[in-house]
Amino acid sequence: MKKRFTVSSLIIYIFLGFLSLTCIAPIINLLAVSFSSKTMVDANAVLFWPKQFNTAAYEYIFGDKQIYQSFIITLLRVTLGWAIDLALTISVAYPLSKDDPRIFRCRKYYAWFFLVPMVFNGGLIPTYLVVSRLHLINNIFSLILPDSIQMFCVLLMMNYFRGLPKAIEEAALIDGANWHQIMTRVYLPMAKPSIATVSLFIIVGHWNAWFDGMIYMNLPEKYPLMTYLQSVVLKFDITKISTQELMLNPNLWEITGRGIKGALILICTVPILAIYPFLQRYFVSGVVMGSVKE
Amino acid sequence: MKKNNWFKKELFFHALLLPAAVIVIIFKYIPYLGITMAFERYDPLKGLFDQQWIGFENYRYLFSLPGFKSVIWNTIFIAVMKLIGNLIFPVIIALLINEILHPLYKKTVQTVLYLPHFISWAALAGIFIDILSPTGGLVNKLITSLGGNPVFFLGDPKVFPYTLAVTDIWKELGWGTIVYLSAITAINPEYYEAAKMDGANRFQQILHVTIPGILPMILLMMVLSVGNVLQAGFEQVFNLYSPQVYSTGDIIDTYVYRIGLVQARFDLATAVGLFKSVISFVLIVLGYKIADKFTGYKVF
Repeated sequence: MKKRFTVSSLIIYIFLGFLSLTCIAPIINLLAVSFSSKTMVDANAVLFWPKQFNTAAYEYIFGDKQIYQSFIITLLRVTLGWAIDLALTISVAYPLSKDDPRIFRCRKYYAWFFLVPMVFNGGLIPTYLVVSRLHLINNIFSLILPDSIQMFCVLLMMNYFRGLPKAIEEAALIDGANWHQIMTRVYLPMAKPSIATVSLFIIVGHWNAWFDGMIYMNLPEKYPLMTYLQSVVLKFDITKISTQELMLNPNLWEITGRGIKGALILICTVPILAIYPFLQRYFVSGVVMGSVKE
Repeated sequence: MKKNNWFKKELFFHALLLPAAVIVIIFKYIPYLGITMAFERYDPLKGLFDQQWIGFENYRYLFSLPGFKSVIWNTIFIAVMKLIGNLIFPVIIALLINEILHPLYKKTVQTVLYLPHFISWAALAGIFIDILSPTGGLVNKLITSLGGNPVFFLGDPKVFPYTLAVTDIWKELGWGTIVYLSAITAINPEYYEAAKMDGANRFQQILHVTIPGILPMILLMMVLSVGNVLQAGFEQVFNLYSPQVYSTGDIIDTYVYRIGLVQARFDLATAVGLFKSVISFVLIVLGYKIADKFTGYKVF
């Protein structure tokens, strides 16, 4: 059964290794630049290892209280958003997984009701007007509620529920369990991979979202981290650092625009990349069972 | 009596669905009322129902603008390039990953290739702006060291759409392999045994067993992506484009954002948004219908 290791395998190994490097190299480069001195960055001498190591970029970013405010907004958004989105996803996916009309007659109507917004979008401006007329501008719930039901996640979980053996449900019904008990005690414990997968999508989605923060939050101090990164930092202008700041912290002489951007991009991305490998082992069962059905 | 009984039995399901239904009504169905703005001369100072109805005047105006037609063309061109790339490359990479024999190497490659999918375009754009810079960017350094001339990936209108396509395909490359890798594991190992008995080599096994095995999945992905013909990727374009590449890089979504939220022309922006929604709707329904007919795929 053992396959032979051939020249063609070697080429495949090298090619995939190279492809993986293209995913890693830019991040390493950024890391090196963010820890290097101004002279070295301006001379374009930094590749994958910091030159004349210094932490000026990080001192500058963490010296501004905006990063802490944005971090708190993001943390709040991710936690609240995760709890609300997950609860809603389960509460839609579970009833819709009952595809036997003898069990849930109205399923068809609900399915259509949730399907229509998925295929026909009301558009940016009408949605914006609804959010603003509900006085949700500058309110954290404007970042959570409008897209709290992701149909992609609902479908994933619904199909996962449908893939679980029906006999278990029948046995529970015979034992006199009601639907609520069947859901919380039978289905949810069995759906752990699906819940983990959907949680990952929700958390990543909230962490990475920046556009809603940009349009629904008028005050920069209410920006979530990614909106802050997108709007403030990508337009960072080094000449804006005042001489007073430079007097206070001579280290800031070492700041470069590239270093600041690199440092902030890393600060904003590393936390989410750090949690993902832990949830990765659930992917295959969570995504695959959710997308394939009998 | 009997009907009543049914409803009682189902009551738990209705109660579960209620909060989600309310949210969907507020944030998805009520905005449909705002679509009327597309046919009005919208005055934000007046009430929602006191607007002047002008029929298709907004559309007549939009199509008379020279920029609008190129926006539609840019959208389709960029979206179709991505669509084709995102269909072909994940299949190839999945086939290659499947050829890796060492579990650890396989796992590492997969983990690393999935990574870009989880990075926000807000951050990724910053990375690309840095490494694609014509002065000192990593990529141009490589090009010049090989004797080429630096390329203005993000500043040259001729190059920009391709930069968008390549960076997007790269970002989703690994993630796209998941469905195919799982389809490959579902192939009956006996087919490979039989192929080997008949003297098929590795390449022939891929050609005659693996590819036919995952063909239904490829076809499904193909028809379902039909709905993406107008999805050129707002988050990516918005973070990478600049006025100098508007001629080839401005897409419907960025256009809606600029005339709607920057210039506050709600009526025109809604008209453009509706135009996109209607066409996308037709394409998505078409895709689902074909998928249902040929592969038996049903959304619900």
